[in-house]
Amino acid sequence: MPLVRSDKLPCASDGDVVIVRQRVRSLAVESGFPLVDQTKIVTAASELARNTVVHGQGGTVELEMLVEGARRGVRLTFTDHGPGIADISQAMKDGFTTGGGLGLGLGGAKRLSSEFEIRSRAGEGTVVRIARWR
Amino acid sequence: MPRETGSRVVEILDKHERELLTSWLDRQLKASTLRRDLLQESEMREQSREFLRLVRDAAAKAGVEDVDTPAYEPVRELLRAISTERARKGFTSSETATFVFSLKEPVFARLRQEVGMDVGALAEEMWAANVLLDKLGLFTTEVHQQGRETVIARQAEEMLELSTPVVELWEGVLALPVIGTLDSARTQVVMENLLQRIVETGATIAIIDITGVPTVDTLVAQHLLKTVAAARLMGADCIISGIRPQIAQTIVHLGVELQSVITKATLADAFAVALQRAGLAVVRSRPQA
Amino acid sequence: MGEFLLVSIQVDMHDKLAITLQDDLTTSIVKHRARGVLIDISSLEIVDSFIGRMLANIAAMSRVLDAETVVVGMRPAVAITLVELGMSLTGVRTALTVERAMDTLRASVATGAESGRGDAARPE
Repeated sequence: MPLVRSDKLPCASDGDVVIVRQRVRSLAVESGFPLVDQTKIVTAASELARNTVVHGQGGTVELEMLVEGARRGVRLTFTDHGPGIADISQAMKDGFTTGGGLGLGLGGAKRLSSEFEIRSRAGEGTVVRIARWR
Repeated sequence: MPRETGSRVVEILDKHERELLTSWLDRQLKASTLRRDLLQESEMREQSREFLRLVRDAAAKAGVEDVDTPAYEPVRELLRAISTERARKGFTSSETATFVFSLKEPVFARLRQEVGMDVGALAEEMWAANVLLDKLGLFTTEVHQQGRETVIARQAEEMLELSTPVVELWEGVLALPVIGTLDSARTQVVMENLLQRIVETGATIAIIDITGVPTVDTLVAQHLLKTVAAARLMGADCIISGIRPQIAQTIVHLGVELQSVITKATLADAFAVALQRAGLAVVRSRPQA
Repeated sequence: MGEFLLVSIQVDMHDKLAITLQDDLTTSIVKHRARGVLIDISSLEIVDSFIGRMLANIAAMSRVLDAETVVVGMRPAVAITLVELGMSLTGVRTALTVERAMDTLRASVATGAESGRGDAARPE
């Protein structure tokens, strides 16, 4: 999938989560997303960024603008080297908490995105990738 | 030492850029597909010059075999822009592809001049150039096609919006008659429409009438509940009307949680409840004839 | 306003700030013996699960302190996204405008009646 631009941001603190929201918003606006689509991907990014900070013990997020013919997309990849998730399907269930509240994070982000991918193993960190197309 | 196929093509793109451009422009101007009404000659010259330059650069970097490599991104970007613009202007996809295909003849002519003696090499180089320009030409048709699909999709969306009108029955009371199935795409449009109207009219009650919805399965029920939830988050209560007996059975059978959502059999009943909640009453002003 | 507190969230808050808001608000409710809390979120472009939970928490805590909370002015795009996210904001009352919210808060305070807890956001 042809990639037009790519940016990497730290995702390790509370303040970083706010910056990630702002940058994802700019990218969505630039990609010509209508308001509801912008809101959805920024909200999904907020959930995943928070997971990375709180559960992943800090990590990074890569922001990409994708182009496929006349379609535009935004793709985000959150990577951390934290404790990882032992049971992914359990973690995807809403309301699931590990005494910290993964809660709606993963399932919610999936529902708000066109594409969702997750790779994680206990002790090996986590990579979550979402994309939204216009 | 065997030369890499396409290397002569790269060479002539580099060494004979100006002649190729002149020859190519000449062909384009003479072509039957020329649309002087849609495209200025100066624009055409500029686009052709830019294209040739970018292809030369990309070919020098990455050869002529694969146009999907990052080296060709500037070429693809230009073709995207040209194709989208021409599609918007009303060019057909063939007319746009001809822009690329018409470069073949000048390239072949130049190859014959430079490689002429070596028949085997000539054949290979011409084939390489042919494939390169085919790929790039096809790329423009793909972009053109996707552009058309986007327009069609948008028109379909607009039609969807029209097919789910939100009506203000009375001050503060909206009615949303849903006709046809409620899939997730439709539901998004319905929600956006409804919420927009709630903001515009300051409505406190929205009646969602599903008389026109043929089947209610778990998915449709979920979509309905989403719509209700969204309206409530904005401060408007919802009443679902048009519940046929079969639907009532299905809902109970499916165990769908409709608690705290008022449901009524007819739109009229729902309207009566809405008026009541708004503290309004309808009073007869003249005796019935 | 007398017995009501009005909070207007204007800025994209980071999580710690949200927690601070929660704490400050509960303290204020007690201090001013507030009977109603209006949280104006009309400036918020994003409400994620954290902010959603914050709103639900404030509603729950204020109820314990005998005050009613109304969340006001949620934007359409935010409402659609919250629903897609899966948050129904249990026990949180909502209103389109501050004026509406005040009217109904006054009504419920006057009657002294509790209007009941629904299983999803209750419009007023």
